[in-house]
Amino acid sequence: MKDDKSPVWVIADQESCNLLPVTPQLVGKSRKLADDLGTTVEVVLLGDGVDTQPSNLFASGAERVFLGNDPALAEYHPDVYTDVIVGLAEKHKPQIILMGSTSMGRELAPLVAARLSTGLTAHCIDLNINADRVLEQIIPAYGGEITIVCPERRPQMATVAQGVFPLPALDEGCRGEVVSIDGPFVHTGRVEILEVVIEAPEGIPLDTATCVLAAGAGAGDLEGWKLIVELSKALSAGLGCTRPAVDEGWAELETMIGQSGKMVSPETYLGIGLSGEQQHMVGIAGAKTMIAVNNDKKSPVFSQVDYGVVDDCRDFVPVLLEKIRQYREKQVSC
Amino acid sequence: MLKIVVCVKAVPDPKAAGNIKIDPQTKTLLRGNVPMVLNPLDKNALEAALQIKTGMEVHITVLSMGPPEAASIVKECLALGADRGILLSDRGFGGADAFATAYTLAMGVQKNGDADVVFCGMASSDGATEWVGPEMATMLDMPVVTMVREIIPHADEAWEVKSALENGYRRMRVRLPAVFTVTRDLNSPRTLSFSGIIKARKKTITEWGLDDLGVSAERVGLKGSPTIVTEMRTVENTRKVEFIEGTREEKAEQLVQKLVEVGVL
Repeated sequence: MKDDKSPVWVIADQESCNLLPVTPQLVGKSRKLADDLGTTVEVVLLGDGVDTQPSNLFASGAERVFLGNDPALAEYHPDVYTDVIVGLAEKHKPQIILMGSTSMGRELAPLVAARLSTGLTAHCIDLNINADRVLEQIIPAYGGEITIVCPERRPQMATVAQGVFPLPALDEGCRGEVVSIDGPFVHTGRVEILEVVIEAPEGIPLDTATCVLAAGAGAGDLEGWKLIVELSKALSAGLGCTRPAVDEGWAELETMIGQSGKMVSPETYLGIGLSGEQQHMVGIAGAKTMIAVNNDKKSPVFSQVDYGVVDDCRDFVPVLLEKIRQYREKQVSC
Repeated sequence: MLKIVVCVKAVPDPKAAGNIKIDPQTKTLLRGNVPMVLNPLDKNALEAALQIKTGMEVHITVLSMGPPEAASIVKECLALGADRGILLSDRGFGGADAFATAYTLAMGVQKNGDADVVFCGMASSDGATEWVGPEMATMLDMPVVTMVREIIPHADEAWEVKSALENGYRRMRVRLPAVFTVTRDLNSPRTLSFSGIIKARKKTITEWGLDDLGVSAERVGLKGSPTIVTEMRTVENTRKVEFIEGTREEKAEQLVQKLVEVGVL
């Protein structure tokens, strides 16, 4: 294993034939990992009408693209995609396979890992090659970080959320090899996709919001959560949450910020009624200014932000809303 | 009769899980006496089975892997309405990663016999890997649908389900036997009733160890886990907090001022 020169793989994720940002982000990171290992970056790209995309993958740092461009691959199908990827992996024996922590990756990665009888680490926040040429997979846990490795079995597999790694600088001059994957792509029919429905998200999208407001258990109850929603509107902020708010049923899973949710980098972050758990905080580490409101001055959240307000958020938010209203009125009258 | 297995896990109470910390000196885990509870999403998995039971003849087995103390959460599931409780408990099962856990549970499902449907929570609140359901499905050679938010059972053993995507959902038809991992949106789990607790008193929990499952010790627990934790560390904070002080009104006013300075208002 010491001089393993087998490639680093990324499984591409696309929507309407466009690559999701997580794919070039992973290719860029894989370039670094492959350089450390002295090997190549290869991408598996499946879809229908995606044959123009390999150039983007080469520009991001890939040397080879396995391209499955076929109507039967238009939508992600668990059995079809798993069969194709497992078949390729058994033939080409990559030492690493990375996928995005997207709806597809979160289902496909464990299906592939189980078929290949190998390890899989969820939602990594960093990846490095160590002195033994093994992939170190870093995840947040217990207020700190832990390193996980898959020392013996290959491939080493991990998922990574969108936004963990930056988009690579594109080198449009880079060319690579396209290897086309031939069908037929068939499945047993035990799972059929009847339709895929896209629903427009409510409010300001977290990915692009310049201000992100996140709240957690401190909201208290559904009424308290409504105040948080009102505050997000008053600030024109993207509204995110921590796991307890999802567990309580106040907020949608899709708005959870952190390791197993969204990674965002707003100008300003305002965290209300949350304790600053590592799994959440890694999701907003890229924010420029960070502010927290919590009723406990000793809360760990205060050691991770720039400005702190010690107060019960249920009492404080209504007053803050009132002050924002007064400020806005003054602006209008000036 | 439809046979459903619900896989459940005892996890540190998520409300107190913040008390589990990494000791900065020894780099080991300080468990801080946090009580073990039923993983929140597993309540939705059990509720899914219980709701199907109201419409057809169903036998529900609850299956968990964990230390002997985890019997309490299996008991809780029996009190909520499950028919049979199985705890996979053995020193040899300890230290399992998602892969070894999925394998052990799959062997439990197999020994229990002929499951038509296996429900799991989408993720556990402590490990949060989401892998056990799909990996177990692969080992049982069953199809899986993850993140299920709606189920329409059909008598013809091809169920229709909706599975959540980041920005919508997939509608799928799945031939049984199958594994489903469920989200919180699927249902509102019932709470314990007094009569349920009384009924559960009569139900016994089946305990199976390594020998009962007839599996090799090399395939379970730490030995059967492809991944290992090599390092734990605390994280240095790079920011230094400045507290906004004063009365509530003053604090709110100053915060508005701060939000103006950084361009939010």
